[in-house]
Amino acid sequence: MLEVKDLHVTVEGQEILKGLSLTIKAGEVHAIMGPNGAGKSTLSAVIAGKDGYEVTQGTITFEGQDVLEMEVEERARAGLLLGFQYPVEIPGVKNIYLLKAALNAQREARGEGEIPAPEFMKLIKSRIAEMKMDASFLQRAVNEGFSGGEKKRNEILQMLVLQPRLAMLDEIDSGLDIDAMRVVADGVNSLRAEDRGILLVTHYQRLLDYIVPDKVHVLVDGRIVKSGDAELAKELESRGYDWVLEESAA
Amino acid sequence: MSDVQTFLDRLAERTETRRQAHGPEPTWIAARRQAGAARFEALGFPTRRVEEWKYTDVRPIAGGDFALAETADFSPAAAAALTLPLDAHRLTFVDGVFSAELSQLDGLPAGVALLPLSQALDENHEAVGGPLGRLTGVEFSPFAALNTAFMEEGALLRLAPRTVVDKPIILQFLSRAGETPVMSHPRILVEAGSRSQATVIEHHLGEADAANFTNLVEEIILDRGANLTHYKLQEAPLGDLHVASIHVEQGRDSRYTSFNLNLGGGLVRNDLVTDLNGEGAEANFNGLFFGQGRQHVDNHTLANHNAPHTYSNETYKGILDDRARGVFNGKVIVKRDSQKIEAYQSNANLLLSDRAEIDTKPELEIYADDVKCSHGATTGQLDEEAVFALRTRGLDEQTARGLLTLAFAGEVMEQVALDAVAERVELAVAGKLPERFNLAGLVETAVALHEDEE
Repeated sequence: MLEVKDLHVTVEGQEILKGLSLTIKAGEVHAIMGPNGAGKSTLSAVIAGKDGYEVTQGTITFEGQDVLEMEVEERARAGLLLGFQYPVEIPGVKNIYLLKAALNAQREARGEGEIPAPEFMKLIKSRIAEMKMDASFLQRAVNEGFSGGEKKRNEILQMLVLQPRLAMLDEIDSGLDIDAMRVVADGVNSLRAEDRGILLVTHYQRLLDYIVPDKVHVLVDGRIVKSGDAELAKELESRGYDWVLEESAA
Repeated sequence: MSDVQTFLDRLAERTETRRQAHGPEPTWIAARRQAGAARFEALGFPTRRVEEWKYTDVRPIAGGDFALAETADFSPAAAAALTLPLDAHRLTFVDGVFSAELSQLDGLPAGVALLPLSQALDENHEAVGGPLGRLTGVEFSPFAALNTAFMEEGALLRLAPRTVVDKPIILQFLSRAGETPVMSHPRILVEAGSRSQATVIEHHLGEADAANFTNLVEEIILDRGANLTHYKLQEAPLGDLHVASIHVEQGRDSRYTSFNLNLGGGLVRNDLVTDLNGEGAEANFNGLFFGQGRQHVDNHTLANHNAPHTYSNETYKGILDDRARGVFNGKVIVKRDSQKIEAYQSNANLLLSDRAEIDTKPELEIYADDVKCSHGATTGQLDEEAVFALRTRGLDEQTARGLLTLAFAGEVMEQVALDAVAERVELAVAGKLPERFNLAGLVETAVALHEDEE
């Protein structure tokens, strides 16, 4: 589904990713862990198409398409969706507007017509209930005045409505208390499906108690230095990152 | 030949033709005309050395030679395509000339007089002579003086006490593309009796290639408790030049709500003044100006708090792209002894291009000590993080930018109760959006969801 090969990325002249390779198959949940400054957020930002990241080498393909050749919105319409670590406040644009416009943009790209109003209402209603959000959130401007936890829930709400092919969640656990973490994790778990990939970027193992990944990768200094299963995350939690660094240096 | 002389010559020609066709005018009109001409001749066109005109260069007007239109010919189909799709009472002027064909005056409710000024003068010129020119005298500006010298057509709206007009009243000004540019000096007079209520939409529009000059004077008198909502929807062609002096006089407990929505016109200058003369009077000035290309939009507003317990609230939003230029000058004057007044003013501007420019100047002059006043002005750019965030949800870049631009105007647009008007603004500011922004459909969806919950 997603194939990243030998990816080198520089930001303001500094090389952040130094030959990263990663393959995610449909149905899999991958977690990328690593110390601060390893380049974790850079990877998802580059896949989503954020400005200011220069790919100097390597390729990203998503279901056979060259992702680096696609516009930001084309990536989204193809089903690559990024959940932000720091969701942006968009004053004046109502949540419900964004959800409907985004859903219809995606449908249009697939050659489908606009979603009929009753169907949309039904969909939204069940999704906000899943995220334990009040309907009043729909009328509020996107993320404006939301608490940290509400913003993260809102990101997952968008995922539940848009049903991406590959969901990338950048530090979705940061700033969440335990209750909010559970709601967010339940939301992510409900996204798990045979035909969908999920990429979690996280600093802490804590999230992975709730969302058990199929694969865990350790990202250090711009490269994946070790991969394993969910057990690897537990090992990192108890032993820290140093042993991985030593092992990879050896 | 001086710029001023060109206009005075046109005036002399016009006065002569009118005399030949209709005989002598009532003396008061002739006298005002002369006073206007004399004042205009003495002042000349304003230069940028004059503080009030510092940022607005009127040479495109002063240097022009504008004829006066003789006919109101305009294809009904073309007019229908341009007009606001609203069930309304309608007066239409083409280059300043009244068009009975394009007007809709049947079925006016009792207590409402809506007619072209020329007709009102024919029927009873003395009844018009009292209020006309009382608020906007020839001293107000060279343009007001020029208007007074040329005045002959426009609209008169009188509302008897307690009259409530349900349908909006549209005053429509069409600008034609022709071989020679023309000018018009419309005069609008509104007299709203006590506790009357109406919505007036003043709509400027026309053929894309038109390049005419409109010099409007508008006087609005609100008696005790009268409530007038006044939309000024400026969609004139980009070659049009437009100067308007709007003067409101507010009696006790009256309410005036202005929506000054400026989308079109090459050079536009609005002076909007209200005199809050009675306790409990309230003025709401909502403004949105959107400029592209080399459009120039200048809004000068003034709220005179002449009585205690009066209220003014002003929100102006400016959006400027390309090399467009905007001016906002909002002034509040609180007279001595006008205690317990409230005056709020804000101007926020969004510059979409490095070459766009805004000059903003909020001014407060307060001579009373027990008042609540605030003012502020901000200028910024679109939030690129927000543009990216919207694109990551599948909205194309143009739509994302349009949406955020429209959202910037949200505070003003939320107050616009007429969908047909809001749609015009949405389309101009944001282009075609995937969903109706902030409008009924979505709101209803959310409301329905709420109800479903309960």
